[in-house]
Amino acid sequence: MTADVELKAIRHRFQGFTAVDGIDLTIGAGQFAVLLGPSGCGKTTLLSILGGFLTPSEGQVLIGGRDVTRVAPAKRPTTTMFQDYALFPHVTLAANVGFGLRMRGVGRAQRDVRARELLALVGLEGAATKKPHELSGGQRQRVALARALAVEPDVLLLDEPLGALDLKLRRQMQDELKAIQRRVGTTFVHVTHDQEEAMAIADLIVVMNRGRIEDRGSPEAIYLRPKSLFSAGFMGEVNLVPGEIGAASGGMVIATTPLGPLALAAAAAEGLSTGERVQLAVRPEHLCLDTAAAGATAIGPATILDSAFFGTHHRCRLMPERSPGLVLLAHLPQSFAGRTGDVVPLAIDARGVVALPADAG
Amino acid sequence: MRAASIAAALYAAVLYGFIFLPVAVLVLFSFQGGRFPIPPFNGPSLAWYAAVLGDAKLMAALLNSLVVAVVSSAVACLLGFLAAYGLARFRPPGTALSRALITAPLAVSTLIIGLGLLMTFSMAGVERSLLTVGIGHVVINLPLCFAILSAQMGDHQVNIERAARDLGASEVQVMALVTAPMLAPGLIAAFFLSVTFSWDEFIIAFLLSRFDVTLPVEIWSLLRSGLNPKTNAVGSIVFLVSIVLVFLLELTVFRKAARR
Repeated sequence: MTADVELKAIRHRFQGFTAVDGIDLTIGAGQFAVLLGPSGCGKTTLLSILGGFLTPSEGQVLIGGRDVTRVAPAKRPTTTMFQDYALFPHVTLAANVGFGLRMRGVGRAQRDVRARELLALVGLEGAATKKPHELSGGQRQRVALARALAVEPDVLLLDEPLGALDLKLRRQMQDELKAIQRRVGTTFVHVTHDQEEAMAIADLIVVMNRGRIEDRGSPEAIYLRPKSLFSAGFMGEVNLVPGEIGAASGGMVIATTPLGPLALAAAAAEGLSTGERVQLAVRPEHLCLDTAAAGATAIGPATILDSAFFGTHHRCRLMPERSPGLVLLAHLPQSFAGRTGDVVPLAIDARGVVALPADAG
Repeated sequence: MRAASIAAALYAAVLYGFIFLPVAVLVLFSFQGGRFPIPPFNGPSLAWYAAVLGDAKLMAALLNSLVVAVVSSAVACLLGFLAAYGLARFRPPGTALSRALITAPLAVSTLIIGLGLLMTFSMAGVERSLLTVGIGHVVINLPLCFAILSAQMGDHQVNIERAARDLGASEVQVMALVTAPMLAPGLIAAFFLSVTFSWDEFIIAFLLSRFDVTLPVEIWSLLRSGLNPKTNAVGSIVFLVSIVLVFLLELTVFRKAARR
């Protein structure tokens, strides 16, 4: 079962501050949506509003077109997978998974069959008679997922479910979550502050900051064409180069920067007018040494300040001669052999650059 | 070093002797062969136990005591649980004051509580009976049950209860199927402690009973007719029951706590 989710002008105030400040959001049925943002950005509050644990001060929540703003959690077509799993410690896994069905009046035999199916779905076949304390963190996680899915919710809400797991297990669980979501087709709304996790699982990423939505879209869209400085910075490392928008011609816009003029695709400077002060967001991987490469615009020589090997790339900090005050972060190829103090020719792949209003974010 | 440990052992012996000697003497003379519970001891004999078991009034009082203890403790546990749950989860205005008021009777002597109840019941025209004794015992045990269960009700259970509600449980189902089972060790501890206190409570039972009396009251009326090994025998039975209750408590609750 699945349904779309619509939030209309949601606002929520706690004593003295506004946690969620005017959110309008539509999540399509069957989508894997991730609410991404730093702690205190309002993402968990928004999830609680979706789950019915909080009633928003203003606005409406619609699930499958039905207004559920004031409907109790028990009566909503949503279930929540809690950060601390919140398993029932005193009963078996089968009873944990079957709890929601029991509340819906399903008989024991049928519940047990369904519980076993779901435990198998999350890779815990044969563990039905165990108790939660016999499991590892990752396994409890799976039980919590099975329990939340057992009642076939239209929308599953996940509150930082992977936060307590170690990195390797987290990556593995991300893949499994995604695979399970594809199989059951339920709309998933997942909250995290980890942008890598968001990119790994999301169809739709919603970047939040200070109770507002900064940006929304596919992982590619958010990473490559962020709509705000905050969004650009939160989705990964980024260099911000000040500039000014020049004349547009032939689908291209020229931006003047301390590093020289850069020709951007018109789409990368959307909504900006000629003469406007901007920040150019340049991802470290869009800096390169090959000034003749396709799309590359030479920005002159630069001195290597320091360099570290990261396996897939070298992460270098460089000081460009044209603007010594502007230290650039670059991901240079694995084969790069430069050392601190070397002077290298530097270029920007202007196709990956986005211009953002300087005063925003 | 050795002198110190000898002194320590001696001190312990004196201390435990002080605590347990009266009980040991009571139990010993319950096996007295003669008519008086005083030295010399000429037993052992089970004659007085036979007398106790054959005494219909004593047996009726023993049964009354059991019924009052079990029922009043169950009621005290239930009320204590509901109060602890409500105050911990919903934090109504005046929570701190409510907590203080519920636990206050712990500091009031049973004599005062008993007198207060006696006057209240007589003004309300309620006849003294086992029911009034039971109510009295609920009054003294409720604060205890509330205190034990409140201490056990932590914030880590809040999300678990939330999860139950999220999965469709009503408030009653959350309490019955999730909260109470999670608090089982506390509930058992509160119940057994209440039963133990009610079982040998005398003052309230004495003030609030009339025709049907509990065992401590019956023993007291036996004592009025003078010392007699029969009172020792029945006292030993009371003591044995208390020991069994405490032992059960130890076994079910503290064992479990240690294992976790």
